[in-house]
Amino acid sequence: MLSIKNLHASIEGTPILRGINLEVKAGEVHAIMGPNGSGKSTLASVLAGREEYEVTEGEVVFQGKDLLELAPEDRAREGVFLAFQYPVEIPGVSTTNFLRTAVNQVREYRGLPALDAVKFLSVMKEKMKLVEIDQKLLSRSLNEGFSGGEKKRNEIFQMAMLEPTLSILDETDSGLDIDALRIVSHGVNTLKSDKTATIVVTHYQRLLDYIVPDYVHVLYNGRIVKSGTKELAMELEEKGYDWIKEEVNAASV
Amino acid sequence: MSKDNKILEELTSKDYEHGWSVDLETDEAPIGLNEGIIRWISAKKEEPGWLLEWRLKAFNNWLTMTEPVWANVHYPKIDLQGLRYYSAPKKSNKPKSLDEIDPELLQIYERLGINLNEQKRLQGIAVDAVLDSVSVGTTFKETLSKLGIIFCSFSEAVHEHPELVKKYLGSVVPMTDNYYAALNSAVFSDGSFCYIPTGVRCPMELSTYFRINAANTGQFERTLIIADEGSYVSYLEGCTAPQRDENQLHAAVVEIYAAKNSEVKYSTVQNWYPGDKSGKGGIYNFVTKRGICAGDHSKISWTQVETGSAVTWKYPSCILKGDYSIGEFYSVAVTNNYQQADTGTKMIHIGKNTRSRIVSKGISAGRSQNSYRGQVQVMKRASNARNFSQCDSLLMGDRCGAHTFPYIDIQNPTAKVEHEATTSKIGEDQLFYCNQRGISTEDAVALIVNGYAKEVLNQLPMEFAVEAQKLLALTLEGSVG
Repeated sequence: MLSIKNLHASIEGTPILRGINLEVKAGEVHAIMGPNGSGKSTLASVLAGREEYEVTEGEVVFQGKDLLELAPEDRAREGVFLAFQYPVEIPGVSTTNFLRTAVNQVREYRGLPALDAVKFLSVMKEKMKLVEIDQKLLSRSLNEGFSGGEKKRNEIFQMAMLEPTLSILDETDSGLDIDALRIVSHGVNTLKSDKTATIVVTHYQRLLDYIVPDYVHVLYNGRIVKSGTKELAMELEEKGYDWIKEEVNAASV
Repeated sequence: MSKDNKILEELTSKDYEHGWSVDLETDEAPIGLNEGIIRWISAKKEEPGWLLEWRLKAFNNWLTMTEPVWANVHYPKIDLQGLRYYSAPKKSNKPKSLDEIDPELLQIYERLGINLNEQKRLQGIAVDAVLDSVSVGTTFKETLSKLGIIFCSFSEAVHEHPELVKKYLGSVVPMTDNYYAALNSAVFSDGSFCYIPTGVRCPMELSTYFRINAANTGQFERTLIIADEGSYVSYLEGCTAPQRDENQLHAAVVEIYAAKNSEVKYSTVQNWYPGDKSGKGGIYNFVTKRGICAGDHSKISWTQVETGSAVTWKYPSCILKGDYSIGEFYSVAVTNNYQQADTGTKMIHIGKNTRSRIVSKGISAGRSQNSYRGQVQVMKRASNARNFSQCDSLLMGDRCGAHTFPYIDIQNPTAKVEHEATTSKIGEDQLFYCNQRGISTEDAVALIVNGYAKEVLNQLPMEFAVEAQKLLALTLEGSVG
């Protein structure tokens, strides 16, 4: 589904990603871990098409299409979803109104008729249960005055509404208490299928107790330096990242 | 180059939709301004002597006045002697009913989406259509007259209801008020007149649609709205003009009189031609709008969506004379390219327990300059006066300007005045967030701007709120930042 080859990206001339290679197949969950500043969030942003990052080398193919050639909105319409680490506030625009615009633009791109208000509301009600989100929250201005947990639940709710093929969760666990973490993970797990894939970007192993990855990759200095299964995550939890850094640094000498 | 600027460079705003004009045979005054012209206009309109005298008095006052320069707008001096002060489509001479209106004129309005044909008219809205210097037709007159409501062109009111015109003309905006109001008083050609009798709630929206068609012509219309005791009316004003390279002057006066327990809601969607992308052409919109809450418990509410004009100079104000009277001002002013707007309000608290509320939302894009100028004045006897002002500015791109000039003058210690102001930018992160959900950048801007202006747009009558939303998006098309 997703094939990343030798991806290099920089911000304002500073290289952040220095040759990422990653293959993601339908039905898989990949966890990207790594110390702070290793490039995890940059990878998520580059895949979603954030403009500040300049791709200097490499290719990303998503379902047979050159992802890097597509505008951010077209990537979304093709089925790439990013759950933001820091969801943005939009005053005066309710989540409902925002999502209705989004869902219908995505549907239009996919050649589907727009959902009318009644139909949209019924779909919404269905998906709301998934993340235990209250309708009152959805009629408030998007993310404005939401608690950390509400923001993250709202991200997963949007994911449920947009039905992406590839979901990228950028530090979705940060700022969540244990109950919110459970709710969010339950949402993500329910949305998984053999046709979709998930990339979980996280610093801590904690989230992976709930969203169990098929593969775990460790990102350090802009490269994937180690890949394994969920046991690798356990090992990282136990030993921290220093041993990986040492391994890498030793190898490069 | 940042993303903001790149998109700004790539897409400039969409062309003005109403920029066309029609060749009409016109009845025109000679170019220039002098006593003779004023007599000419008055004679043309077959006005009574008292009105001619009033005009001449205004003209003589005006001669002693100088153009105001305090506003934060810059434009070359207007050659008032180079303008034509009266231009009327020839065939429109006093149609007795809407059926007699020249089809060519009807077509002009149809092209603007305004149907003067009552069978096809918008539900629940009566329209007075003003083209250049004259009113070409008013719909629903009969339906309204059954309730005792008078809604007609100003010229007609002068002839049919001289006692009302005489009593209220210049009572809210004196002819000496300011340079442009004085000029208007001398040369005004037509406009709308509305009177709601005691205890009547006007069952439909009343609306005036102003259109400038002729070149080199100034438009100087005058609107007078009188709400008698316990009455209610909601009034809407819309306007467009052709796209011309030279600037055109529009200097209108609107007066509202609200008696005891009455309420007047006045909404404007101002879409005069703003000039082209390089700042060439466009309307100079120098307007004086003021209402007086003369009676106790009366209320005047101004709502304006200002998207057009090259230069706007406009401060719809309320004189809160009656005890417990209420004044409101809700404004969205959008400027793009080289547009300049200096707009705001004055709330003058005279009566006891008077309240006012100001919500101003400025949006600047391109190289435009957008200023809010407001004055809250609490007079000595206005015990327990309350004011709340909120002035927000939204910037798009890094070449525009937003300015706030709030003046507060309190002479009564029991007054409570609150002022809040914010300045924000449409952030790249907001746009990216929308994009990531599949929303195109243009639609994202429309969404964000409409969200920002929501509190004001909510004040508009339903039928126009949708139009205003579209207009906001259209004005800002391509000015992402």
